[in-house]
Amino acid sequence: MPLTMTTKRRLVTTALLAPASVWLFVFLVLPFIAMMVFSVGERGPAGGYQTAFTFAQYANLPARSAAYWNTLMLAPVGAFVCLIVAYPTAYYLAVKANPRYRLLLVSLVVVPFWTSLLVRTYAWMYILGSRGIPNLLDMIGIEDVRLLNTPGAVLLGIVYGYLPLMIMPIYVSLEKLDRRLLEASADLGAKPVSTFFSVTLPLSLPGVMTGVALVTILLLGEYLIPQLLGGGKVFFIGNALVDLFLQSRNWPFGSAIAVTLVAIVVVVLMVAMRIAWRISGTRQVDLV
Amino acid sequence: MSKWFRENAPISARDLTEEFMRLKRGSVTRRHFLGVTGLGLAAAVLARQPGLFSSEAYAAEDLGSAMSLATWPNYHDPATFEAFTAATGVAVEVNVFGSNEEMLAKLQAGGTGWDLFVPTNYTISTYVSLGLIDPIDLAKVPNFDPKTQNTRFTNEGTVDGKVFALPKNWGTTGIAFNSDKVKSPVTSWKEFFEVAMTEADGRAMVHDYQLTTIGNALVSLGFSFNSVKPEELAKAEELLIKVKPHLYAINSDYQPSMRASDAWMTMCWTNDGAQLNRDIPEIQFVLGTDGGEIWSDFYAVPTSAANKPAGYALLNFLMDPQNAVKEHVANGAPTTDSRVLSLLPAEITGNKIVYPDEAALTPLEFGAAVTLTDPARAELMARFKSA
Repeated sequence: MPLTMTTKRRLVTTALLAPASVWLFVFLVLPFIAMMVFSVGERGPAGGYQTAFTFAQYANLPARSAAYWNTLMLAPVGAFVCLIVAYPTAYYLAVKANPRYRLLLVSLVVVPFWTSLLVRTYAWMYILGSRGIPNLLDMIGIEDVRLLNTPGAVLLGIVYGYLPLMIMPIYVSLEKLDRRLLEASADLGAKPVSTFFSVTLPLSLPGVMTGVALVTILLLGEYLIPQLLGGGKVFFIGNALVDLFLQSRNWPFGSAIAVTLVAIVVVVLMVAMRIAWRISGTRQVDLV
Repeated sequence: MSKWFRENAPISARDLTEEFMRLKRGSVTRRHFLGVTGLGLAAAVLARQPGLFSSEAYAAEDLGSAMSLATWPNYHDPATFEAFTAATGVAVEVNVFGSNEEMLAKLQAGGTGWDLFVPTNYTISTYVSLGLIDPIDLAKVPNFDPKTQNTRFTNEGTVDGKVFALPKNWGTTGIAFNSDKVKSPVTSWKEFFEVAMTEADGRAMVHDYQLTTIGNALVSLGFSFNSVKPEELAKAEELLIKVKPHLYAINSDYQPSMRASDAWMTMCWTNDGAQLNRDIPEIQFVLGTDGGEIWSDFYAVPTSAANKPAGYALLNFLMDPQNAVKEHVANGAPTTDSRVLSLLPAEITGNKIVYPDEAALTPLEFGAAVTLTDPARAELMARFKSA
């Protein structure tokens, strides 16, 4: 029987999607199912996993409430501080910078990604440690300043590590900005500040939302920076998970926490997407 | 590649590739391949080099070309592994860990690829009951001599009459402090926690390790290092949570912070104490007069090891007193083997950090197996870290 065009097209689509689907199934869906199964199990006497069907692990979640609380506080705060630093940078790159150097400047934002975050965070350990900035302060008479292993160091590390992820989406949305709208706003008598708040900022909100969602989600799973720059005293969900799997070997409880974390990420992502769609949707209508 | 090299080579790169493809397809034999490419000759020549690939002791078994060891940070002399590779042709991949719990977690999860690893005394019975380690085939370790070992440190390697682990060294968990910065006397765990909240505020470190951090807090309150009694653990938790805001860090890798004077005082293992004191004399190491931990580390062979012949070869190599003595000089931990002790220089055997007086050891306790698997201690640690 000869294949019709639509059947052929479907087959091609299926063939093209197959690698990605298999990949997602094997490396995302299957592990997630395993995690769900583990999360209703019991810890073995020497650790690990024992088959069971119980929601005891979920009932025990309050035992890590401090870790959840720290994470749910840090993620938005970290994302907000990133935003405050990233927005002017992105604005400068997209609007003010000389177009001749723009590409160079944008690549400078991305260059740090060529080196592993672990190595860059270690570099911060030396900059903030006694032989770094405190040593320089000591020379001008300010003694015994401690920067490393403070909440400030963790925040600094987070802003440093995630800044490019915030700058890029905002830059992209500002770059698309139609300059004629700014001129129109000026012609109609708006001062630069009110033009910024009523034209530029609203038009760049989709980029802002993307950046905030991206950074927030990654921060929800952050482990390395608090461990290295916070001296292990700042404890997030990521750190709780590492300890549950590598120290106390409580796989079912770790799985329950991981499942809950995934659920939180999904909710954050859905809310962020809804807001971004609403903003971009209405703006598009306005522009037409 | 320059021209003359190509002309003098036994076979050109293109011919080599073609022959290799023929070999893969099965159209030529391995013997033919090795013959025409010259690789057979090269291997034969190398094999005849004494001490390179086939020194007598290692000729009996095929050791492969690589093996994997799991151990602790700053715990070996890198030259030891270079010497082993030179003697056997086996390269040693070294993985380091921060706690016994982490090693156990990795072995329980499977697929570690370790051929030899270094567990601490209190974990061995658990490894045996979980079937994660092999009994040691002593015939493969002729360099080990049970008669020269100090059984006080080695008896936990034997479970139900079978030897499951051979001793590496023993040691203690004491207090290291920088005497330039900390002037108050620190001689006990009670004083450690007091000074951590006063003179060394913001500059003291505890391990990211339930056994020692909870254990030493218990000791400072007058309880046993190994206690799992709920009311005693509750008091230790109260102390740890009170101390936490004053700590510099919760981390078992304290050498970098102590060397940089970021931290002034830390919980410290003998070998790290000896290394720190050797390089920076103002960093002193003391044992708690109120107690603390005494321990011994062992070598064990995981049941899942992929290259057991090489694991045993390295074990036997390390049990040779001539090799072991270099390890002890480098890492600063005391030996369990009287043959090694007699080879050590006097400045090491006379070092009170490495070989303290017997009286200083009396209040110390060996870690107990129950702490490894006790959920209450694990949860306490999590509450302490997240507080």
